[in-house]
Amino acid sequence: MAQAENGATGVTADGLEVSTEKVEILPGASTDLTAMTFAIHNEDHTLGNALRHCIMQNPDVEFCGYSVPHPSLQKIHLRIQTLTTTTALDALNKGLSDLYGMCEHMLTEFEDVMRNGDYQIVDDDEATATTS
Amino acid sequence: MPYDRDHVVLEPEQVTNVSSHEYPHHFPNEDPSGFGLEGFKKKLNIKVWRVSRDTMEFDLVGVDASLANAVRRILIAEVPTMAIRYVYVLNNTGIIQDEVLAHRLGLIPILAEPEMFNFKTADESPTDLNTIVFQMQVKCTRRPNDTVAADETDPDKLYVNSSVYSNALTWDPKGDQATRFADNPIRPVIDDILIAKLRPGQEINCELHCEKGIGADHAKWSPVATASYRLLPHIDIKQEITGDLADKFQKCFPPGVVEVVTEHGVKKAKVANHRKDTVSREVLRHKEFEGMVELKRVRDHFLFNIESTGIIPPPTLFVRAIRVLMNKCAVVKQAVEAIAPKDEDMQE
Repeated sequence: MAQAENGATGVTADGLEVSTEKVEILPGASTDLTAMTFAIHNEDHTLGNALRHCIMQNPDVEFCGYSVPHPSLQKIHLRIQTLTTTTALDALNKGLSDLYGMCEHMLTEFEDVMRNGDYQIVDDDEATATTS
Repeated sequence: MPYDRDHVVLEPEQVTNVSSHEYPHHFPNEDPSGFGLEGFKKKLNIKVWRVSRDTMEFDLVGVDASLANAVRRILIAEVPTMAIRYVYVLNNTGIIQDEVLAHRLGLIPILAEPEMFNFKTADESPTDLNTIVFQMQVKCTRRPNDTVAADETDPDKLYVNSSVYSNALTWDPKGDQATRFADNPIRPVIDDILIAKLRPGQEINCELHCEKGIGADHAKWSPVATASYRLLPHIDIKQEITGDLADKFQKCFPPGVVEVVTEHGVKKAKVANHRKDTVSREVLRHKEFEGMVELKRVRDHFLFNIESTGIIPPPTLFVRAIRVLMNKCAVVKQAVEAIAPKDEDMQE
């Protein structure tokens, strides 16, 4: 796995990434905590865009956007601005939970479909000949 | 043209209506609670079409492009596999240079369950829990003169081991690997991958160490040949297309997309199967169909195609990719919760 610039990231035996500084709040957060920019280390568009989408679905979020500040830095910046009904940190938390929940739901749905066996099982030679 | 919320529209020279606007406050008088996780659960639909040993085709319906793309990206770059990391060349007198040979060996898919192994960090030494060892010892020799015709030119017939294939790799079990993998001995997925060519007197002797890794580090760890998706095409016939025009219309699409039916003695073009369309936009080149047809794609209907290298079956790959994404969320969430107290200090 890619090394963090501060060297604080490692991989545990079960493949979990552990870091003391996975997420930091960049300077310039508003005092009422409704606007913040987060730096998430060792992440890219994979998580960035999906997370941005989830956070934007929150009705209390006014703005959410992400960027990869530089292609050779292994991090993303995530900007969240919310209404006064919530805080940027809570919105990020909710976004993460929602994304996790969506994955979980996709997983159970997919496993259900596979269990029902309502699909065609084909030979590989046939499969390459008849792709839709 | 009124705003079409569900489709991307393909015009002759441009694609319009590209971005999704499925967010709260985008449309008047819409219930904002219909978004997020609950909305997702209502909309999601998965349909698996076909599964083979190496491929899988399925529809992922009701998801945003960002999520479908995250899954695709993870399939390519972040689902771990085992691959040859180090090649210790003891002897190589063939014409394939050591470094080229090592690169070729690295790309061979190794049939080993990655979940049975740990990632090996730089400061760790190899153990039976993080490394698989293969030996490769091949020597090319001449076949005895009396077994080949005098005018034979085919190297396969003249020499033994003139071509070195992936089946030359012999697994060298370490620790309790022999018992742990007794049911499914570790081997290359495919036996006849050409690695090198030799001529009599040349030989290759090396020890290969496999480690667990991810495609983001090097493509040899990618568990897929490809993982891709496209949006479901949708052909909207705005106005009846009849007579000879119907035949011409049919010819603008790949076979099976449009059918010509006869209703009350009149030939009429009908869409038979949207998904077979390649969206070549041929139909938009013909003036006679102007205004009669609109080519679209359904924005949240992804036709997914996973092609495995053969190490992990495609349905398992999809499951693992989602687990990787869930793991990412969990790790970031943990980190966010860790910085939350600091945040309360700010509030005081």
